[in-house]
Amino acid sequence: MNGLVDVIVGPLSYPFMVRGLLAVVMVGVVCATVGTYMVLRGMAFFGDALAHAILPGVAVGYLLSGGERGPVFWWGMITAILTAIGIGAIGKGARIKEDTAIGIIFAGMFALGIALISTVRSYAVDLAHFLFGDVLSVSPRDLGLTAIFGGLVLLTILAFYKEFLVLSFDPILAATLRLPSTLLHNLLLVLIAVTIVVSLQTVGVALMVAMLVTPAATAYLLTHRLLPMMALAAFIGALSGVVGLYLSYYISMASGAAIVLVCTTFFLLALFFSPRQGLVGAWVRTLRA
Amino acid sequence: MKKLKTNPGRLSVASFWGRHVPHQVEAPILDVSGVTVRYDGRAILEDVSFRLTAGERVAVVGPNGAGKSTLFRVIAGVLHPTAGEVKVAGHGPGGHICIAYVPQRSQVDWTFPVTVAEVVMMGRIGKLGLLRHPGRKDWEYVRQCLEVVGMADLAGRQIGELSGGQQQRMFIARALAQEAELMLMDEPLTGLDMPAQEDIFRILNELRHRQVTVMMATHDLNLATERFDRVILLNKRLLGIGQPEEVFTPELLREAYGGHLRLIQTEDGLIMLSDTCCGEGF
Repeated sequence: MNGLVDVIVGPLSYPFMVRGLLAVVMVGVVCATVGTYMVLRGMAFFGDALAHAILPGVAVGYLLSGGERGPVFWWGMITAILTAIGIGAIGKGARIKEDTAIGIIFAGMFALGIALISTVRSYAVDLAHFLFGDVLSVSPRDLGLTAIFGGLVLLTILAFYKEFLVLSFDPILAATLRLPSTLLHNLLLVLIAVTIVVSLQTVGVALMVAMLVTPAATAYLLTHRLLPMMALAAFIGALSGVVGLYLSYYISMASGAAIVLVCTTFFLLALFFSPRQGLVGAWVRTLRA
Repeated sequence: MKKLKTNPGRLSVASFWGRHVPHQVEAPILDVSGVTVRYDGRAILEDVSFRLTAGERVAVVGPNGAGKSTLFRVIAGVLHPTAGEVKVAGHGPGGHICIAYVPQRSQVDWTFPVTVAEVVMMGRIGKLGLLRHPGRKDWEYVRQCLEVVGMADLAGRQIGELSGGQQQRMFIARALAQEAELMLMDEPLTGLDMPAQEDIFRILNELRHRQVTVMMATHDLNLATERFDRVILLNKRLLGIGQPEEVFTPELLREAYGGHLRLIQTEDGLIMLSDTCCGEGF
């Protein structure tokens, strides 16, 4: 028994581990809550693209500040919001299909980001941090920003819960109730953008989409109602973060990758063993029938 | 079936942006004049004009691609016509939240994680306004709406567990929760068995007592003849509106359905054989 307590409490003697754990819990909760709407509306590709597309903004902040964290956050935030609105405007009247346009912009912006960062001599290490996260270097100031902006995202979702629900379930009803659909849609895009920036340091741009959609998709398999789905997704997101971080501590694995792998494991477990929708259950039912 | 209490908050419409217009009492509930919709130069609706009075029940009949759904979307104020105009109780539809659009069942994501009561509550959010969450009174109202359609016991079900008839009745309850005065139903009877269709007509009779005007798109000429006050025959243009026997004439039906139709004159009347199958979107 003592052994297990040591395993859990031991790493907490390092302040960087405590900060890292707080960060992954907050990021797990915010990503999964926003991700619930993304899963229901089929926006996974958009989220992945947006995460990659903020790299040039992050790079400019990084180059201007010589590696400081603060400017990176704000430059990332501005780029993310502009790109989110920009992608939202694509496809309205364009001759190219929306997902093609997103793909082009996403790859182009990503390349620009890598090009910018590669002008610095020590770029490989820094680039890796932006791509895959560096949760153990989270500073108290980073934690503060995550808490403030993550909290803002959650509050906004709480405030517009029923409007987002109608917009996701039945856009025509939203229109006949005269809800400002375009405004609400753009607000959701901005919330996704802010969430991505807040999570940048924890998982990095390359693995971001997993934090957004995997816990929400797992919860979708386990419950039939939206609020429980959100709550469960948030719990799974936070738990994956904590378990992943401990894993990376004990077997020295990249933390972002460890967190995402734990998420994926939870998803696979739900996929196979979910009481009502699990593949194993369906298989057993076919055998019996 | 239980009567729904009138909502005391009916006159003070709490709107999202506070711009819902009052109804003009003397104006017809629906006045469609010269509505034309073109998409990529192709005409979907051409110069459609008609008027409905409050409490009427009208069937909209026409072949697939006749523009029935498009007409409904224009009336609901979701789609702007290329030309012409729609007035609901004297004003453009964009200012009203009293128009309910009941979607085709095939266009709904039935795996969406919501319960029956939550879907019905969606109809009330126009009245609730921004930043307000539904309270006990609102849920009570939703329960009453579900009682009218005979589904109070199914309030907590996930929507995917409902039968086809129950799915339609849930959307009628949502229109009630919205306090709709004009209800547009897009092929609600497609795929329903006779008892389920009867249930829906029973509820529509109840709605008539409340002066709710109902427009229903349907493929069933028999039902259109027997169960509606007037019928509209549509194929891009409005070919006829009036009593079924005035509108469903061999000439007009042939004009609407073209070669897809075979008319057989018998002692009992006209028999129409059609090979245009099923609902749009199936």
